[in-house]
Amino acid sequence: MANTADTANPASMANTGAPRAPGRAERPGGPGGPRPARRTVRFRPGPYLLIAPTVATIAVLILYPIGQLVWMSFHKIGTREVRGLEPAENVGFKNFSTVLEDDFFWKVLLNTVLSAAAMVVLTMIVGTLVGLLLNRLGRKMSLLVSSGALLAWATPAISSAIVYKWLFTPGGGLVPWLLDLLPNWLVGGGWDDYNWFSEPLTTYVVLVLCVVWQSFPFIAVSVLAGLKSVPSELYEAARVDGSSAWTTFWQITFPLLKPVFLVLTVLSIIWDFKVFTQLWFLSGGTANRDSFNLAMYAYSEAVAFPAKYGLGGAIALVLTAILLVFTGFYVRVMVKQGEVA
Amino acid sequence: MSTSRTGGRGTRVALNTAGILVFLFAVFPVFWMVSSAFKTDEDINSETPLPVPVHWTLRHFKAVINGQGLDYGLFHFFLNSLIVAVVTVAVGSVVSVLAAYAVARTRFRGRVAFLLMLIIVQMVPLEALMLPLMLNAQRLHLLNSLGGVIIVYVGSTLAFSVLMLRGFVAAVPKDLEDAASIDGASRATTFWRITFPLVAPGLVATSIFSFVNAWNEFVIAFAFLKDQDKYMLPLTLSYSFGRTQVEWGSIMASSTLFTIPVMVFFLIVQRRMVSGLVAGAVKG
Repeated sequence: MANTADTANPASMANTGAPRAPGRAERPGGPGGPRPARRTVRFRPGPYLLIAPTVATIAVLILYPIGQLVWMSFHKIGTREVRGLEPAENVGFKNFSTVLEDDFFWKVLLNTVLSAAAMVVLTMIVGTLVGLLLNRLGRKMSLLVSSGALLAWATPAISSAIVYKWLFTPGGGLVPWLLDLLPNWLVGGGWDDYNWFSEPLTTYVVLVLCVVWQSFPFIAVSVLAGLKSVPSELYEAARVDGSSAWTTFWQITFPLLKPVFLVLTVLSIIWDFKVFTQLWFLSGGTANRDSFNLAMYAYSEAVAFPAKYGLGGAIALVLTAILLVFTGFYVRVMVKQGEVA
Repeated sequence: MSTSRTGGRGTRVALNTAGILVFLFAVFPVFWMVSSAFKTDEDINSETPLPVPVHWTLRHFKAVINGQGLDYGLFHFFLNSLIVAVVTVAVGSVVSVLAAYAVARTRFRGRVAFLLMLIIVQMVPLEALMLPLMLNAQRLHLLNSLGGVIIVYVGSTLAFSVLMLRGFVAAVPKDLEDAASIDGASRATTFWRITFPLVAPGLVATSIFSFVNAWNEFVIAFAFLKDQDKYMLPLTLSYSFGRTQVEWGSIMASSTLFTIPVMVFFLIVQRRMVSGLVAGAVKG
């Protein structure tokens, strides 16, 4: 990478004074008078000075904490060890085996995986359908629908969780009232005073609905942008051949937009695996342990008093590791699409 | 799209019906939030929910603005949220513009590694880092201070800002910069007079995204800030939400007031993004 740039540099030197040596220009606030165009081709500190603040910030605020997390998860740490009064004892993988042998961890993991799967699948289906719909609607209708979708997208996670909780709260909430109106043979009885947030299953039904509602607009808009790039002749040809909408989608749209779908799916997986705020507000903080997902579990162990550094670190690391696997997929796709070049 | 003009009248009706259903699905919760905020307590707790307020009232908004149950009025918390978001954006913008310029305009050893690091870092969940972050904040006496929250926000939005800004810098035609330097402009002058004005819209969009992010964030704020005078808006929401007798009218009023600023900002950015896409299509 660096080599090609450097070899290209002398060739363009004659007419490009500026863009190759940023180091000089970025003296903050400096007058930066005209300089002779002479420079060495070997090492230029410029770019490094420019990225230094970013690298330092990320190193201190993200990379170092991850390092601490790794260190904690391999040590036995109490309040005295954290204060540095006693050296922490290295316990190897003991914290991890404690976590992995705990039934509660597997329950939390199951909650996380199942809910994320439901969110991702539903978000992708609804988002894609709305994208296809937007592409076929007339101008005014399309504007109306996309403005509505934008509103859902723009709603903060906290507000949406609060509204969904209100919609599902018995005694005034809309959904229990509606379900109570419907005949009992269809939906069962007793909905008017059923507490949706006492059981993990019904909590997650509301959570999935809430997350899908907020995330489908992003998928729809991205799919729509992809659809605009598909040459309309292809669809003309398909129509002449008399192929159905279903066949057209799988034979033309899907193969052409496959990279888009891939990125969107991986991004959705990463986002839906770490849903926190909505779950926090829906299930009422950390009180309802049965409804925990991994992010909630990691958080609750971190803020517990006294904090469980070793175990908490191990749980947080498991969550991070799972997300890094999917991030790996994402990076691969980005590299393939030349986003990193 | 020309394809949309095909299909009979039946298809048209079906598509428009689907469109209206999607619109209602998307808009309804927001509508319900705002309409509940204007209802009287009797209407809110009545056995049959009403679609629109029958007896309009501003009581809930007044109560929220006076900070019912909290030690301060809404304005105090609004100001805290605003300070944190604005400082986060200001610091983040300066730092990320520099890096975005380096990545988009120069080639250097380690550039790809740097980009990969940014892509990976933006996916790391803050909840997982809570343990070390709180520990470090405690050691540095940054717990229970807005400064500590700002520092974490800058760190958590930086990767995304650099990646987003990089696209805007790369979109500025290099010929313009070259022309300026041929005319004898220094690199600093070229950057400030040519590149920066053209990147400015992108910087606004990026800034709004990190503003919205800081405005909406909950976990860090909740874990870091303990005293009420430090509370930001999300914390006042969770505070009134956590009480035994939840007053839905007031909660809907405060979440309406909380939502509107971000919504406006978000819609501004969205239009900019769309126009950016269109411009690219025209050029391409």
